[in-house]
Amino acid sequence: MSAVTLPFKRQLRREARAEQVFRALTVCSAALVLIVLAGVLGALVHGAWPALSTFKFGFLTREVWNPVTIQFGALAALYGTVITSLIAMVIAVPLAFGIAVFLTETCPLWLRGPIATCIELLAAVPSIVFGIWGLFVLAPLLQHHVQPWVIDHFEDLPGIGHLFRGPPYGIGLATAGFVLAIMVLPFITSVMREVFLSTPRSLKEAAYGIGATQWEVIWDVVLPNSRAGVIGGIMLGLGRALGETMAVTFVVGNAHRISSSLLAPGTTISASIANEFTEALGPLYTSSLVALGLLLFILTFIIIAAARLLLARLEQRGASV
Amino acid sequence: MRSLARRKLAARLALGASGVATFIGLAFLAAILWTLFSRGLGGLSWHVFTEMTPAPGSEGGLLNAIYGSVVMTLLGVLIGAPIGILAATYLSEYGRRARLSVVIRFINDVLLSAPSIVIGLFVYTLVVLPMGHFSAMAGAISLAIIVIPVAVRTGEDMLRLVPQSMRHGSAGLGAQPWRTITSIVYPAARSGLLTGVLLALARVSGETAPLLFTALNNQFWNARLSQPMANLPYVIFQYATSPYPNWQSLAWVGALLITLFVLFLSIFARLVSRLFGQRESRVE
Repeated sequence: MSAVTLPFKRQLRREARAEQVFRALTVCSAALVLIVLAGVLGALVHGAWPALSTFKFGFLTREVWNPVTIQFGALAALYGTVITSLIAMVIAVPLAFGIAVFLTETCPLWLRGPIATCIELLAAVPSIVFGIWGLFVLAPLLQHHVQPWVIDHFEDLPGIGHLFRGPPYGIGLATAGFVLAIMVLPFITSVMREVFLSTPRSLKEAAYGIGATQWEVIWDVVLPNSRAGVIGGIMLGLGRALGETMAVTFVVGNAHRISSSLLAPGTTISASIANEFTEALGPLYTSSLVALGLLLFILTFIIIAAARLLLARLEQRGASV
Repeated sequence: MRSLARRKLAARLALGASGVATFIGLAFLAAILWTLFSRGLGGLSWHVFTEMTPAPGSEGGLLNAIYGSVVMTLLGVLIGAPIGILAATYLSEYGRRARLSVVIRFINDVLLSAPSIVIGLFVYTLVVLPMGHFSAMAGAISLAIIVIPVAVRTGEDMLRLVPQSMRHGSAGLGAQPWRTITSIVYPAARSGLLTGVLLALARVSGETAPLLFTALNNQFWNARLSQPMANLPYVIFQYATSPYPNWQSLAWVGALLITLFVLFLSIFARLVSRLFGQRESRVE
């Protein structure tokens, strides 16, 4: 009410001041995004410093993880992180490709929406639920029905046989990789689907015109045309798999060692932190766990940043066409 | 040149395999839901919502854990969503072409997929260490930090969908940008912004890792934000790995509740965005 009856000039000044305040608020909030990143990095470096300055470069190259003798190395956790994520990729990428092809090519139109939604809902299932499902349902299933068969048939293969040796524990690197595969599947699928859909119609029609089968169009036209996006999507999934914590903590077995077998228990960076952080005694133990966190952050940062750059360039290209 | 029959057969096989892949993907979702219902439904009763988490071997419910989860999640969204939407406002309205915006968008996208356990470590150093003990506030802050990138991303997408002509019309009437934004752009993007907040809520409801070193857990009733607080994900984690049957059964009930809640939220968010005719947000 009173604002209307105020002299016009005063009202204008008031509006201008509100503008300044509001604008400053938005700038500060936007800057907060950068501050959070800097803060995370700063806090991690600060917390990891005691461990890094004690163990120096050896922290990266040593397998030992012994709270009693206070000797810590990241190699076992790093190995587990990389191996479980690679297993996840080997399983998830072909599946995601298949689903994306099905949803963009074969599936009846009316079914595409519901199926795509269901696959995306898989991404909404909390990670801890994947964890208990993996531990109580998947691990026993693999232990009793899958792993014995795998061990029988593959352990004598020359060269790679050692990957499948040892008793069927159920939990271990392979199981963790399997659960991770299910978790990253929806992310990779949704990126692939999106880039497949963005293939220019004219390209596909030209290929059909010269007599290509539907599969040849997908494999020789759609896939090469969306290569950058597919790689970006895969790397995005890889970034997620590397940092995933709770599900892996349940099924990886939590053993700080590098085994030659994929079926053996191991650990990952995130699982080590989740399991040991609140129980870690002594500054060097805690600091070593934070150093693991720093390592994980740098690793995922590089992979996700590369994926985003690839996808961003694609988005620009799409906009300019 | 391969024969036409062979090429057709290859196409058939490959497309058939894509159908099988889709079936496998859907089977995972079905298997997880089936397990949750078959193991969690039996333990579901009113006691779950009216009683505290029990000692091993005795009767009890999940009341304090549900309360803690609700409080920390809501608080996390209440802190994170406004900050995220304001940041999105900068990216979409003030600095759409600014070089700073390009950097912020990129960093935000990276934070969107950053491991949440690292956020937990960050808040531990930032809040828990100076306070000297775990607290619900620290848990809420770590969830807020996870909410911010989600709100920024969906917020900017939604604000950009508002046609420029509406902004120009408002500016033509002499409105300052902030008036245009708060009285024209925000209302126009309302349902989209709501979708973003719902998705952010769904994202943090099931988060466990950052709560491990921030809110920790509490076996008893606690409503004070400065103290450790029970929360569903942590209770599920602790109870599922325990050897006690009644704890394990409660873990399944908790997992069922939290999954149903998150799935319901995700579907509801989709409905909101579809009902109001918004385009879907860009790739996550």
